[in-house]
Amino acid sequence: MVKVFVGAESDFEDRGRRVIEYNDTEIGVFFVDGEFFAYENKCVHQGGPICQGRILNRVVEVLADDRTSQGLTWDEEDVHIVCPWHGYEFNIKTGIHPGNKNARLRRFEVSVEGGEVYVDV
Amino acid sequence: MDSGIEKTKELPVQEITIDTDTRDILARETKYQKEKGFADWPIVDIDAHHSEMTSWRQVIEYIEDPILLHYAREFQSRTGGAPGLSNHTPGLRYQDAGGRIPHQQQIAEPVDDKSVHRDVTLVRRSMQALGLDYQVLFPGNLLQLGTHPQPRVEAHLALAYNRWVCDTILPEDDRIKTLLYMPLGEPEMCHRIIDEFSERKGVVGFMITSVRFKPVHHNSYIPIYRKLEERNLPLAFHAGLTWTDEWTKQTDLFISMHAISFVLCNIVHMTNWIIHGLPERFPNLKTIWIESGLAWLPFMMQRLDSEYQMRPSEAPLLKKLPSDYIREMYFSSQPIETSNMKLTEATFDAMNASSQLMYASDWPHWDFNAPSTIYDLPFLDEQAKRNILGENALRVFNLDRPAGK
Repeated sequence: MVKVFVGAESDFEDRGRRVIEYNDTEIGVFFVDGEFFAYENKCVHQGGPICQGRILNRVVEVLADDRTSQGLTWDEEDVHIVCPWHGYEFNIKTGIHPGNKNARLRRFEVSVEGGEVYVDV
Repeated sequence: MDSGIEKTKELPVQEITIDTDTRDILARETKYQKEKGFADWPIVDIDAHHSEMTSWRQVIEYIEDPILLHYAREFQSRTGGAPGLSNHTPGLRYQDAGGRIPHQQQIAEPVDDKSVHRDVTLVRRSMQALGLDYQVLFPGNLLQLGTHPQPRVEAHLALAYNRWVCDTILPEDDRIKTLLYMPLGEPEMCHRIIDEFSERKGVVGFMITSVRFKPVHHNSYIPIYRKLEERNLPLAFHAGLTWTDEWTKQTDLFISMHAISFVLCNIVHMTNWIIHGLPERFPNLKTIWIESGLAWLPFMMQRLDSEYQMRPSEAPLLKKLPSDYIREMYFSSQPIETSNMKLTEATFDAMNASSQLMYASDWPHWDFNAPSTIYDLPFLDEQAKRNILGENALRVFNLDRPAGK
């Protein structure tokens, strides 16, 4: 396990990212809602560059009390990272697909020390 | 390291967009092939696409019919819709999942090389990134043309596109091949097209777009199949989508329509093809079923076998089970279904995939498959992987073996 320098904490805007490479391992580090999350840049589907995809809120369907559909809307809290190869989506805070709990991104621990962001590889 | 902290480097592309170079989008596949050790295998991609609509202004100048040419030119100056005379469906705009899959949305990357058509450069980039030796190229929106309300427009756009692609794209690179569009709506034009283009550089066969609502066994098409068989030219059925038939009209989301539509059209055509004995009438005509995935094949085999054995009087041309004919046909691998690997393996066994299946990328569409999707299948031995990725296509299309492979 080595500690790999990613960048200065102040360089990350909300929903910002930094995709890095260390010893042939590509890792995406994301800053969302004041927290850092890091995953291998390798989609569990077909190995696509998941961390280089779009960041969008989760889409949810609104059901009324009588269970009739009221259409789709954005979830206000859940943020997704979307694989640009085929569209697989994962919760950016958990790395888990919304409909397949077995589809999980490989996660890395992130730490912030003295205003600098590191991942453990 | 003294500090215990490792330095690193940022990837040059932080977020993939419509402007990202194809080689950067597909960089991970390039890397996988080197890591896994099959970068030097022959790989043939039998189904990829370019966006002919971006060249529509050039394509329409090949229209032979003077009045249709006039309309096509007139439509070019109009705004607010797809290029005139095409049969573009607005629902297709959903393909990129609302911008989530940029390469489906648009390939807008810079191309500096002006010596060849831009699409040639884009094809070369995808071939480089995917490690391909050959790529069989198809149009995009023209795959919808089979439901055009004007058969004459289908026929003349097919002729114009075929002339344009044979003049502009295929001569530029020996590795780019195509199965040319046949406008089944006007059989006489199909004959013209076969006669005019079958000897052109890069043409390795002909293609019927499967989204059409006329039975493929009709007697008016029989001379076309006879001509293809006599000239040893493969015939492909390229699946597609439609949101206009009575079944898909009941689906109100792209995912639902797409999942059904791409299979339903080939289910219908294959059923007619087999039950009406086309494989018996044209035993040497190679048929290829493209872009319906593979999961439909065990269904077709079992369903048709069951019903045929109870009702052989309705299919008297058959001399063996429908599944026996299916095992003699060829199939493209994309979009491969792998959520249940046992079912995938059973499908490969049932269809004799080792000799009948050919890799296809469908690049740059949203559900494309890179060659690793075949290489990574856990139940295939190396020879089967080599066959599916390249050897079968080299044989079926009589392609020269790539140098050194």
